[in-house]
Amino acid sequence: MSATPIQPADEATVPRVRMLPLLDPMLLLAAIGLLVCSLATLRGATSHAVPGHADFYVQRQALFGGVGLLIALILSRIDYSRMREFKYALFGIMVALNLIVYGMAPIQGARRWIPLPLLQFQSSEFGKVLLIVALAGFAVDRSRRIHEWRTTARIMLLAIIAALLVIPQPDLGTGMVYVAVGFSILFFAGSSFKQIAALVAIFVASIALVLAGAPAVGVHVLKPYQVQRLTAFLHPNGCTKSTPGVPDSCYQLQQAEIAIGSGQKTGRGNNATQTKLNFLPANDTDFVFAAVGETYGFVGAVVVLSLYALLIWRALRILTMSKNLFGTLIAAGILAMLMFQIFVNVGMTIGIMPITGVPLPLLSYGGSSVIVTFIAIGLLQSIYVQARMAAGGKPRTLIS
Amino acid sequence: MSAPPEDRRPPLTPALALRVAIVGSFALGLFAIIFFRLWFLQVLSGEQYVKAATVNRVRRIDVAAPRGDVLDASGTSLVDSVKTLEVQISPEDLPVPATLDKLDTLEHPPKADAVVYNRLANVLNLPTKRIRCGLHMQAPNVFRMSRIACDVAQQVTLQAYANVTVRSGSVVTRDMQFYLAERQRRFPGVQVQKVYVTHYPYKTLAAQVLGAVGPITSNEVEAKTYPGAAKTDIVGQTGLEAQYDSFLRGRDGYQQVQVNALNQPTGELGTHQPVRGHNLKLSLDTKLQRVGQQALAQSMSQNYSPGGSFVAMNPLTGAVYAMGSLPSYDPSVFTGNLSQSKYEQLTNPSDGYPLLNRATQSAGPTGSTFKPITSTAALQSGQWTTGDIYDDTGQFCVGTGGAQQCRHNAGNAVDGALNLTEALRVSSDDFFYNLGAKLNEDPYKHPAGGPLDQWARAYGIGRPTGVDLPAEAAGTLPTPAWRNSRNRLEADCDNATGSFRYTSPNGKATSAHRHKGWHRSHKHPAGWCGIADGTNRPWSIGDNESLAVGQGDVQATPLQLAVAYSALANGGTVVRPHFGVDVQDQDGTVLQTINPAPARHFSINPFYRSTILQGLNEAAQAAGGTSDDVMGTFPMKVYGKTGTAQYTNQPDYAWYACFVVDHTNNRPIVVVVHVEKGGFGDIAAAPVARQILSQWFFGTPGKYVAGTSKSL
Repeated sequence: MSATPIQPADEATVPRVRMLPLLDPMLLLAAIGLLVCSLATLRGATSHAVPGHADFYVQRQALFGGVGLLIALILSRIDYSRMREFKYALFGIMVALNLIVYGMAPIQGARRWIPLPLLQFQSSEFGKVLLIVALAGFAVDRSRRIHEWRTTARIMLLAIIAALLVIPQPDLGTGMVYVAVGFSILFFAGSSFKQIAALVAIFVASIALVLAGAPAVGVHVLKPYQVQRLTAFLHPNGCTKSTPGVPDSCYQLQQAEIAIGSGQKTGRGNNATQTKLNFLPANDTDFVFAAVGETYGFVGAVVVLSLYALLIWRALRILTMSKNLFGTLIAAGILAMLMFQIFVNVGMTIGIMPITGVPLPLLSYGGSSVIVTFIAIGLLQSIYVQARMAAGGKPRTLIS
Repeated sequence: MSAPPEDRRPPLTPALALRVAIVGSFALGLFAIIFFRLWFLQVLSGEQYVKAATVNRVRRIDVAAPRGDVLDASGTSLVDSVKTLEVQISPEDLPVPATLDKLDTLEHPPKADAVVYNRLANVLNLPTKRIRCGLHMQAPNVFRMSRIACDVAQQVTLQAYANVTVRSGSVVTRDMQFYLAERQRRFPGVQVQKVYVTHYPYKTLAAQVLGAVGPITSNEVEAKTYPGAAKTDIVGQTGLEAQYDSFLRGRDGYQQVQVNALNQPTGELGTHQPVRGHNLKLSLDTKLQRVGQQALAQSMSQNYSPGGSFVAMNPLTGAVYAMGSLPSYDPSVFTGNLSQSKYEQLTNPSDGYPLLNRATQSAGPTGSTFKPITSTAALQSGQWTTGDIYDDTGQFCVGTGGAQQCRHNAGNAVDGALNLTEALRVSSDDFFYNLGAKLNEDPYKHPAGGPLDQWARAYGIGRPTGVDLPAEAAGTLPTPAWRNSRNRLEADCDNATGSFRYTSPNGKATSAHRHKGWHRSHKHPAGWCGIADGTNRPWSIGDNESLAVGQGDVQATPLQLAVAYSALANGGTVVRPHFGVDVQDQDGTVLQTINPAPARHFSINPFYRSTILQGLNEAAQAAGGTSDDVMGTFPMKVYGKTGTAQYTNQPDYAWYACFVVDHTNNRPIVVVVHVEKGGFGDIAAAPVARQILSQWFFGTPGKYVAGTSKSL
C-alpha cells in the first residue's frame, strides 16, 4: 500500500508513475550470487552426506533459496512502514517462538527448533527479523527522546531480554546478534556518542566479568565448552593435543585452518579432502567458508567476500536513502545482523575471532537461516522501493 | 494512512552521515584484515597446509611379511609360516588407551574399554566373567578382570608396542572378521588381521636348535638388537631363528589408504608388497635328529636321567647333522600370547629346563672322554712315549709319608702293566693320574698351566666353539691363574671386600660401591661362599691329575667335546661347527653360502695320533674295551671313548664320544652323547651313539644295544 493518497488515473502517464520501481539490482545480484556460491560449495561438501543422494543438501538449499527469494519479492512489494503498528505483536511473537522451543525434543543437546515438514524451524533465526522490526518501531516511537538514558536503556534491555531467551537454548551466537542489532538501531537512531561509548564500556566490562571475573569467584555463567570456544583462537598453539573425531574447538580451528590454507590460490576442487572426507567439522554450516576456501582457493574466497561487501554496501546505502526513520532503523538492524554474522563467522573460520555458532548468511546450509536472510533482503528491497517512490522514482542518496 | 509525526523522512543530517561513515570504515577495515589473513593462509603458507591435509587423510597399514622357512639337509621345512586370521587389540587405539605410563588403565580397565572387551568376548564366544589376573610387575600384582582385559594387560606389560592377539581358543572365521570390520565404531582398537604364524611341523624335534620367535620386546627395540626391525615385528628370539634373524625376517610391506575423519577407509593410494624372508637351509638330518632324540629318550628313561643331549656332526667341516637336548618343548607356544603359567612351566627347574640347549649351553666335567687330550699332551710334550709302560696297581699316590695322597681306579680295579693304547682301552685312571702328575708344572712359573692345559686349550676346551647358535657356554679350563682368581673372589666374598662390599636390598646383587638402600655385606667364615670349592687352596698337582681324567673343575659342553674329537679325527683342524648351509630365496636359488673357516689348526705327530686312535678303537671294539659290548658288533671301525663324570652327592653323568672315519663313502661323523645322572658312559651314553651311527650309515637305528661295562 502506498502512503500517497490514491489519485484519479491518467490513462496516458499515470501508470508509469504508479508502477512500483523494480528492485535494487545490486542487492539482488549479491543475494543470488551468494546463493549460487552456496550451492556450488555444498555440492562438494555434502556429496557423501546422504548415501545415494549426492545432491540432497544442494537441492534442499536451492529450494530454501527459491522460497526465500519469493518471500523477498513479495516483501519488496509491501510498504514496510505499516509494520510499525505491529511492533508489540512482533516482539510478542518473537518471545513466544523462542519460548516454544524449550518444549521441543532436543536435537544434539540443543532445543532450538520446531520440527516442521521440510524445515527445522529455528525460532531464534526468525526472531532476528522480528526483533529488528520491533526494536526499530520502539526506537522510532522514542525518536524525540533518543538522547535520554531511559531510551537507550529500554531499547538495549529489550534486546538483552530477547538474547537471554535465546542463549540458554543454547544459541550464544544468535543471542549476540540480538544485542548487536539493538546496539546498531540505537547507533543509527542517533544516541549520543557518550551513551554509545558507555554501552561499549559496559559490553567490554561484562565480557571480562563473564570470562574472567565470575569464574574466579566460582560463578560459571557460560558452559566450559563455550568459554573454550570463545578463547581458543587466542592461543592456537595450545591446540596441539586434539584427537581426530573428537570435535572440540581446537580440533575445529585446526581443521578449518588446514582446509583454508590447503586451498592455496585457486582451490583443490574435487581433491578438497578436508571438506570431502569430513575432517572439516560442520563443513556445510558454521565452517562453510573454510569449505569455500579449500575448494575454490583464495580466488573463491575473495569472490564470496566481494559479494558480502556488495551486500553491506547496499544495506548502508538503503539505510541512508530510506524515506523514513523506521526504514533507516530496520536497515540498521539488518546491517548489524549481516555484518555481525559475516565477520564473526569468517573471522572464526580463519582463526582471528572466537568460535561462535552463527551461520554465514546465504552460504551456510539451513532453511531458517536462508529464508530469514531473504526476509531481511526483502525488507531492504521494500525500503529501497518505498524510498524510490517517495523521491518520485529517483533514489535519493546521501553519499553518492 | 498517514505516518505518525515522528516518522518523517529523516533529515540528511551530517550526524547520520558520520555514523554511516564510521560503520562503513569499520566494515572496510574488517574486510582488509580478512583479506590479508586469507592471503597469508592461502598464498603464503598454503603448501604447509596441503601437507597437513595429506597427513590427515593418509593412513599407513603395515602388512607383515612372512618369515623364511628353515629347511633340513633334504630341503624339507622344519619351520614355516602359515597364514591365519587373528583378532588383535591395539592397546593405544582403545577408547581409553591402555599404556604402561598409566598403569591404572591396565590394572583396572576403564569402563569404556571393558565395554569393548565384553562386546568382543560375545563375538568370539569367550567368557566375560572376571578372573584373577597376574601381571608382570611388583606386588600387588593380581587383579580381577575379564580374560581379554587380562590378555591385554599382560601383553602390554611384557611388550609395550605390540598388538595383543586375542586367544579365542577357536579359529577366527571370516564371518567374525566381517562382523567386526563392519562395526568398527563399536569395536575401537579391535582389528582382524591376516598374520603369518611360525609353524613347527615337527614340534619338539630340535626345538632348542631351531629356536622360538616372538614379538620384539621394548628392551630389544631400545638396544637395537635386531637392526631394521620395526617396533611390532616378530623376531627370532632363540636358536637359529635368532642367529639368522636378519635373513629369515622379511621386510614388512604397507598399504596406504585414504581415510575420512572417522578413520574409515575411503580409497587405496598404493601398496608396497611385503618381502618374504629368505629360507635357511641346514645341514640337519631330520631322520638322524629323530633317531637321536628317541634313543636319548629311551636311555634317559632306562637310566632315570632328568636330561641329556647329543651332537652329531661332520668332523671335517663342522656341519652339524643332529643336535638334541631333552627334555624338549614345542616352540609354537611362543607364537601367540604366552601365558604366565606356560612360561613358568617352561622355566621351572623341576621340568628340566626344556628351553635350555644342553648341547651348547650346559657344560660339565667330561670324565674319561678327556683322556685322548691328556694322551696328546703327554706324547707331544715328550713326557711319555708310545712304548712307555705304567704298572697300574689299583692306586696312584703322590707325596710320601703323612702327606701321601692316593687315588684309585673305579671299583679299585687293578689293570696291571699298560702302555698308552691299552690304558685308553681299559680307561685306566691311575695311568692318566700319573700322566697328569708328570705334566704338571710349577704354578708360579706357569700360571696358564703346563702342557695339559695348553693342549686342552688347543682342542677347544674352555673356549666357545663359534657355533651359529646364540648364547653358547664357554665352559671352564682350570689353570693356576684361574684358580687364583677364584680364590680371590672367594676371599672377597668371605671378607665382604672388593666387589662384594655392599649387598642389594634383596640380597641378590653385590657391588664395590654403595648404592641407595644397599647395606654393607656380612662377613663369612672362609670358604662359606663356595666359589672356590670351599677352600682357598692354590693350584696343586692334584688339580692336574683331576684334569687328566676330565674331573674336577673342568667343564665342557657336548659340542666342545665333539669339536675336540673332530680335531683328533681330522688330524688337527679345529672346525667351527655350524648348522647353516646356505641362504636361499623362494625358488631355491642360493643367495649366500655359509661355510665358516675352521677356528684354527694344530699339528700333531701322525704317529702319536694313530697311537691314540688305536687306543680309542680298542676301547670301542676290542676285547676289554670299555664300550666293546655296545660298539663291538658295529660293522664299521669306531673310535670311541666312554666317560663317567663324578659329582658329589649325585649319580654319575654318562658321556660317550666317538667318530667314524668313513673313507669309502666319505661320510665321516663324530657323535657325542651326554646323559645327566645316567650312570656309566657305556651303559647310558654309548647305546645312544650306536643308534645314531647306525641310522647315519645304514638308514635304520637298529636294535638298542644296552651296555654293561662299569668302567669310567
